[in-house]
Amino acid sequence: MVGKPRQIMFESLARLGHLGLHALARIGRGHLLLLAILGGSASLAARPRLLLAQIYNIGVLSVLIIVVSGLFVGMVLSLQGHYVLSQFGAAESLGVMVAASLVRELGPVVTALLVAGRAGSALTAEIGLMKATEQLSGLEMMAVDPVKRILTPRFFGGLVSMPLLAALFSAVGVMGGYFVGVGLLGVDEGAFWSQMQNKIDFREDIVNGVIKSLVFGWVVTWIALFEGHDATPTSEGVSRATTRTVVHSALAVLGLDFVLTALMFGD
Amino acid sequence: MPRLRTLEIMVGAFMAAGFLALFFLAMEVSNLSADVGGEGYRLQARFENVGSLKVRAPVTIAGVRVGRVEAIDFDPQRFEALVTLRIDPRYRQIPEDTIASIFTAGLLGEQYVSLSAGGSEVNLGDGGLLEQTQSALVLEQMIGQFLFKKAEEG
Repeated sequence: MVGKPRQIMFESLARLGHLGLHALARIGRGHLLLLAILGGSASLAARPRLLLAQIYNIGVLSVLIIVVSGLFVGMVLSLQGHYVLSQFGAAESLGVMVAASLVRELGPVVTALLVAGRAGSALTAEIGLMKATEQLSGLEMMAVDPVKRILTPRFFGGLVSMPLLAALFSAVGVMGGYFVGVGLLGVDEGAFWSQMQNKIDFREDIVNGVIKSLVFGWVVTWIALFEGHDATPTSEGVSRATTRTVVHSALAVLGLDFVLTALMFGD
Repeated sequence: MPRLRTLEIMVGAFMAAGFLALFFLAMEVSNLSADVGGEGYRLQARFENVGSLKVRAPVTIAGVRVGRVEAIDFDPQRFEALVTLRIDPRYRQIPEDTIASIFTAGLLGEQYVSLSAGGSEVNLGDGGLLEQTQSALVLEQMIGQFLFKKAEEG
């Protein structure tokens, strides 16, 4: 009876250690996979058609959801911003508020979340199913490297698509904010644009937004591809991996956004 | 998956739209188009107090923007602020006895430099110094003076 508390202690320590090692092994496999994906970039350059198909899958097919969300986010920002700003008699600054929040934060972040939900989950499910139905092993049997042939084009497709989608989101959002602010709420049109141009800096705001969305594109596609490639090859495993892709991508995007914002804008 | 030709057209349209959006953000939303860039000539002015004037603040004559504040430095010899203004090259004729003042746009607005042209025949060139300046109004000083005056009266 004396040994029991000690046994429980060792048991829980072992469980903790198992969890830690498991997490570390996953991180390690993720980085090895990333290295392999990047190693395939030379062979991708020889076959740009593969990249084209993936830009279509990840980018073109996401345009509709991005444009519609951007429009509504911009319109809502304009409505809410006008409510607060007009109380201070500063309704002319509406354009600055809408553009700054879109270009700096909402454009890159909401785009990344939407892409993770629409394209990231699809990537994970596709690759997980390829693994479950042994298509990846089949490729290997034919002496085709599945990472180079399947994963690398998808990774670069996501990396290219994300900043373009984020720019579309911000531009459409600014237009939506303009329609509501100038058309509906009667903010002066000249003040809306000129204040915006005065306060929004190209290097400081726009380029930083593009850098953010590049980082998000990298992380979201990386997570999606790794979860698919690492999935347990059963239908349950694929469904779990797909869920993990969305959850982990969302957490990674929001966490990284704080770090990037602190680095870029926090003086 | 559509045919290769359609695929290429769709991806091309997507990329064109993305770059167009970036271009729109750069030219219409940000200050890239409003920036004078490397053009324009510089004028300098010394102020006792610049208040909360910031780099890139507008420089106006008669309310029209003619340039921007390029730099604000501290002159340790004279204990004054040395403000460098970059003026659009279209506005060459600024008389040498022009007065530079720091005003506030609205009650809570941003501060800007306003130039009121003098009557001299001689114009300032690149690197010219505006001799007459009027500092920013600091609210606390104004209230202090007001109270002082009231106290003298009563």
